[in-house]
Amino acid sequence: MRHAWRQQDGDIRSRTRREQLLRAALPVIALAAGFLVWELVVRFKDLPPYVLPGPMLVFSTLIADWGLLWSSLLSTLKTTFQGLALAFVGGVGLAILFNQSRLIEYSLYPYAVILQVTPVVAIAPLLLIYLPQHAAVLACAWIVAFFPVLANTTLGLNSVDRNLSELFRLYGASRWQILRDLKLPAAMPYILGGLKIAGGLSLIGAVVAEIAAGAAGAGSGLAYRIAESGYRLNIPRMFAALLLLSFTGIVVFAALSSLSHVLLRRWHESAAEPET
Amino acid sequence: MADPSSAKQPVVSLHGIGKTFANGVTALHGTSFEVRRGEFVSLLGPSGCGKSTALRIIAGLAQPSGGEVVWHDDRHGAPGAIGFVFQEPTLMPWASVAANVHLPLKLAGIEFGKAKPQIVEALARVGLSDFADAYPRELSGGMKMRVSIARALVTRPQLLLMDEPFAALDEITRFKLNNDLLALWHAADQTVVFVTHSVFESVFLSSRILVMTQRPGRVFAEIDIDAPYPRAEAFRTSAEYAALCRRVSETLAHAMSAEAA
Repeated sequence: MRHAWRQQDGDIRSRTRREQLLRAALPVIALAAGFLVWELVVRFKDLPPYVLPGPMLVFSTLIADWGLLWSSLLSTLKTTFQGLALAFVGGVGLAILFNQSRLIEYSLYPYAVILQVTPVVAIAPLLLIYLPQHAAVLACAWIVAFFPVLANTTLGLNSVDRNLSELFRLYGASRWQILRDLKLPAAMPYILGGLKIAGGLSLIGAVVAEIAAGAAGAGSGLAYRIAESGYRLNIPRMFAALLLLSFTGIVVFAALSSLSHVLLRRWHESAAEPET
Repeated sequence: MADPSSAKQPVVSLHGIGKTFANGVTALHGTSFEVRRGEFVSLLGPSGCGKSTALRIIAGLAQPSGGEVVWHDDRHGAPGAIGFVFQEPTLMPWASVAANVHLPLKLAGIEFGKAKPQIVEALARVGLSDFADAYPRELSGGMKMRVSIARALVTRPQLLLMDEPFAALDEITRFKLNNDLLALWHAADQTVVFVTHSVFESVFLSSRILVMTQRPGRVFAEIDIDAPYPRAEAFRTSAEYAALCRRVSETLAHAMSAEAA
């Protein structure tokens, strides 16, 4: 009986390992298959590169133009993280301010919403008129990224356990102590969740602003490369830059996910290791 | 243990306390009782009889709508003079066990390094010395409750208030914690007010039981439990315990029918 149990246990374990392997391998296989079909279509239809370049050509462009694209990648990454940092400071700061003063919250919250719901594509050209290009791009990244941080932090600050806040009251905690030792730690998972959304949005904001700056700008980001290559009908380079842009998004997301994991793994269910 | 004369001194008295909530529900009406030094008093009554409200009023977490609470101790009002244990462990999930126990002292401006001896002692008193670095989610329900008790004890409160602290635990864990709580109380000459709806728990623990009526809550009867301390498993299975439980149960039944009439 005991033996049979252990046998079954072993089966389950090897089954989960096989499943993990499949989960890692299947997307790669699907991607390879997609590339293959793409390459074959381009070859058999004999499509010219300015209509649709095959993946082989995109990769070779990526390698050939690496110097140019790499510096653009760094520039986009820098803008994205700067936008994200500003969104973090602005979002968390405003949320704390709103949490401490109803008056300020009622006065400003509607405008934070308006800023969020107005499409950034429409704001970007205006910002480009009034601000130096880098500042304008950064402002766009900030506008789209700060709201999820603000909304999530507000939610987090308001979702403190009632008994815990009574306990703080019982021990005569000051406003500052309640904020630092109770509300902010309780809001931490929410803030990190907001940051994960903001990371992707910051990238989108930066890209939109760079595209809007377009040929007029002296930008050097990946989105600017895409716009510029578009004007020159250099389609393979557009694809190569697009590929790097997706890669940037993945890097940002992975960085924020691991930050969240490191900060929460000891105490929050969302990041805790499954029990064995 | 303190000498008998000081043991009779009242710590706090409630005089005609009433509490009506904003929604019109009257939780307490004309509730009067006294808590004396070194006592283990239980407030016993059905759910919704206002016993938790009475405890929250003593703690200062709620204001009475009528009557007054009179303190007979100089330390009253100082943070940490009252320890409170909630029905749930109410721990900070983001902080280690030691940091959770440190909290009352931290809020009083005592840094971790300076507070460490007291934290170590409080954890030792609840039998959790080896778990100082663990996080709440890594502990069982009973252990979390022990941390909560250690946190309440770390300031050496003159009065320990406990609001059905073991209601959510299984019976085996509850018995164990009952035994340990009594040992703690006995060793430290602690004054405890304990809210419960369990006749058996109240008889086992208390030196005095206040039986409450329901809606509005008031003290229906006062029963002294004269069985000598220390009480342990032998008491739990004795005929004396059974007789006391029967007596308290009957009183509780009277309290319920008095309110129904």
